[in-house]
Amino acid sequence: MGEALLEVKNMITEFRTADGYLPAVRDVSFSLNKGETLCIVGESGCGKSITSLSIIGLLPSNGRIASGEIKFEGEAIQSHTSEQMRQIRGNQISMIFQEPMTALNPVLTIGYQLREPLMIHEKLSKKEAHKKGIDLLKSVGIPYPEKRMNQYPHELSGGMRQRVMIAIALSCNPGLLIADEPTTALDVTIQAQILDLINDLKQEYHMGVIMVTHDMGVVAEVADRVMVMYAGKKVEEGTVEEIFNHPKHPYTIGLLNSVPDVDKPDFELEAIPGSLPSLNQQIHGCRFHERCKFAKETCKQQEPPAFDLSHSHSVSCWLEAEEVINQ
Amino acid sequence: MNVADDKGRKKTLLEINQLKKYYPIKGGLLQRVQSHVKAVENVSFKLYEGESLGVVGESGCGKSTLGKAILGLEELTAGTVKFKETEIQSLRKKEKLKFVKEMQMIFQDPFASLNPRQKIGPAIAEVFSIHTSMSAKEKKLAVMDLLKEVGLKEEHYDRFPHEFSGGQRQRIGIARAICLNPSFIICDEAVSALDVSVQAQVLKLLKTLQQKYQLSYMFISHDLGVVRYFCDRVLVMYLGNTVEEGKVEDLYNAPLHPYTQALLSAIPRPTIEKKRNRIRLQGDLPNPADPPSGCPFHTRCPIARAQCMEEKPQWREYGEEHYAACHFAGESIFKEAK
Ligand SMILES: Nc1ncnc2c1ncn2[C@@H]1O[C@H](COP(=O)(O)OP(=O)(O)OP(=O)(O)O)[C@@H](O)[C@H]1O
Ligand SMILES: Nc1ncnc2c1ncn2[C@@H]1O[C@H](COP(=O)(O)OP(=O)(O)O)[C@@H](O)[C@H]1O
Ligand code: SF4
Ligand code: SF4
Ligand SMILES: [Mg+2]
Ligand SMILES: [Mg+2]
Repeated sequence: MGEALLEVKNMITEFRTADGYLPAVRDVSFSLNKGETLCIVGESGCGKSITSLSIIGLLPSNGRIASGEIKFEGEAIQSHTSEQMRQIRGNQISMIFQEPMTALNPVLTIGYQLREPLMIHEKLSKKEAHKKGIDLLKSVGIPYPEKRMNQYPHELSGGMRQRVMIAIALSCNPGLLIADEPTTALDVTIQAQILDLINDLKQEYHMGVIMVTHDMGVVAEVADRVMVMYAGKKVEEGTVEEIFNHPKHPYTIGLLNSVPDVDKPDFELEAIPGSLPSLNQQIHGCRFHERCKFAKETCKQQEPPAFDLSHSHSVSCWLEAEEVINQ
Repeated sequence: MNVADDKGRKKTLLEINQLKKYYPIKGGLLQRVQSHVKAVENVSFKLYEGESLGVVGESGCGKSTLGKAILGLEELTAGTVKFKETEIQSLRKKEKLKFVKEMQMIFQDPFASLNPRQKIGPAIAEVFSIHTSMSAKEKKLAVMDLLKEVGLKEEHYDRFPHEFSGGQRQRIGIARAICLNPSFIICDEAVSALDVSVQAQVLKLLKTLQQKYQLSYMFISHDLGVVRYFCDRVLVMYLGNTVEEGKVEDLYNAPLHPYTQALLSAIPRPTIEKKRNRIRLQGDLPNPADPPSGCPFHTRCPIARAQCMEEKPQWREYGEEHYAACHFAGESIFKEAK
């Protein structure tokens, strides 16, 4: 077992809406070790981004962590002030987003945006920061880094902008990198470069990585462990082997069966019927029961607890209750 | 899909010949045309009745431009578009109308083209108003049928666009595309924005409609997994050029062009069984306003040689319906890499 970097316990994040406070993340717990990659997967709207934003303290203004605990390097950070969180974001936790264009400032040069955090957080002089900025661009595989320092974001391609984002995110040697769909908007060729890069850097800096994605291919490529979310809940968690070779939750199985496989021409696509419920929809019992082909009476009335199948594999589904009792 | 006639011949629905589409880049004080973005440089292919032809390639390689040029939404710079034996690119508006009805397009976000204040039912009925002389009641009934056909409900008739999820929106886009009984539909990244689970539902719907109405699809996508599942044949594009074309089995099992090989090896596989031999293409797509000399792929090709920088490779047939444009077609890019 590695050293625990992040521990999230019973986190509930809710939004103030016209219908009152509605939870988008429901009692989610997980942990992450140093040097480990955890992938959070699920359909869009299931709470992946809100989970990540809760951790780094960047929730939208109508959102709040209603209860639970977030421990980073042993310290509880869920009730930090926004100034304390800004410190942590600059120094220990970094995040990269799906669309780098929205996170980069279009009117500032790449160089300015790289130097700024180094001068503020690492207290480097402008000259030192410039040199470190060039090194960072080099380390993320950007050709002609000196020239790039003077360019503006729109002068770079999508793949290069994402690399610049990663370079900025890495400038403070973060212990934890949160990447929210970092390659979804990119072509497969560029995606492959970025995934390799994140994997290499993780090893080099012994970072913990939380990768949010809906692409099972990406999960297989980078994850050590996987957490599957559905409608705000964690429904399954396990090592990447457990999730791909022995998926247990009907939703996890559904996700795996709905991806066409390039290597299997006769693959039968199995769609999950229906769609994700909205936040204000009241659901009794298992939150997945309306779309689940195994749903029984119990599923409609009682929410399933998490059943542990191994020290690393847990599933919230009544089907496992029988298995566990039968054993 | 059965795309052959009773004598085993395929019937050609659409034939594209040497299609070119340049966009002018203006600049300077007088806003003169200074150069061109060569969005589509040279594309020729046939599409058979009842088949699905995939079009793949990196962002900016000209897929959407090709689609729009075929439908006449963009003026051609050169080349011909033959639909049902008629060259349609130079027809006048009125003559073109009857072909336009038969050719439809489904976009990534069908809602970009919908009025947010107009209910869905009337929005679809509008298409009938333009092209048919149906009565109001007939139109409403026809729209209700269409909604059911694409897996929506009659009550959706009176809902507004924002009340629909991504998957439902795409179903509405499909309803609008099929309402005039087209024979040819271009799907431009039609399922790309959808979650895998919903994507599978929409792909299944498109297949069902294809069987039922003998539709032909040109299926533009950057997702090679989806293309393998959905299509009969594939066209691979790079910087406005077609670099390879073939039946899905041939192209995926024995890709001839180095670019196709690289694309296939870059896809993250949803399996952890075997770690494959992978090639990582370095660098980005060159600027289509200033394409490289010789083979357009030579700046990134792992097996490029001197010849590639000077001479543009010819489009040649290497197997039954399997074409490529590469001086060293069929050579593996893997053995060169360590
Ligand atoms: N109206 C236009 N004026 C100038 N250039 C254009 C125009 N439309 C497209 N282009 C350029 O033509 C090239 C091909 O664009 P196109 O939209 O066809 O790419 P695509 O293959 O569909 O890409 P994507 O996968 O990102 O949708 C690009 O370099 C693009 O910037
Ligand atoms: N500012 C907000 N106000 C209200 N609801 C929100 C807000 N942001 C997100 N949500 C809702 O929270 C849920 C989870 O969202 P998110 O975490 O972004 O999903 P994803 O898994 O796609 O990243 C969704 O139902 C979304 O609509
Ligand atoms: S608890 Fe019941 S409804 Fe929920 S996933 Fe398991 S079988 Fe399906
Ligand atoms: S012609 Fe040369 S550069 Fe072009 S793809 Fe073939 S080997 Fe590569
Ligand atoms: Mg998200
Ligand atoms: Mg496009």
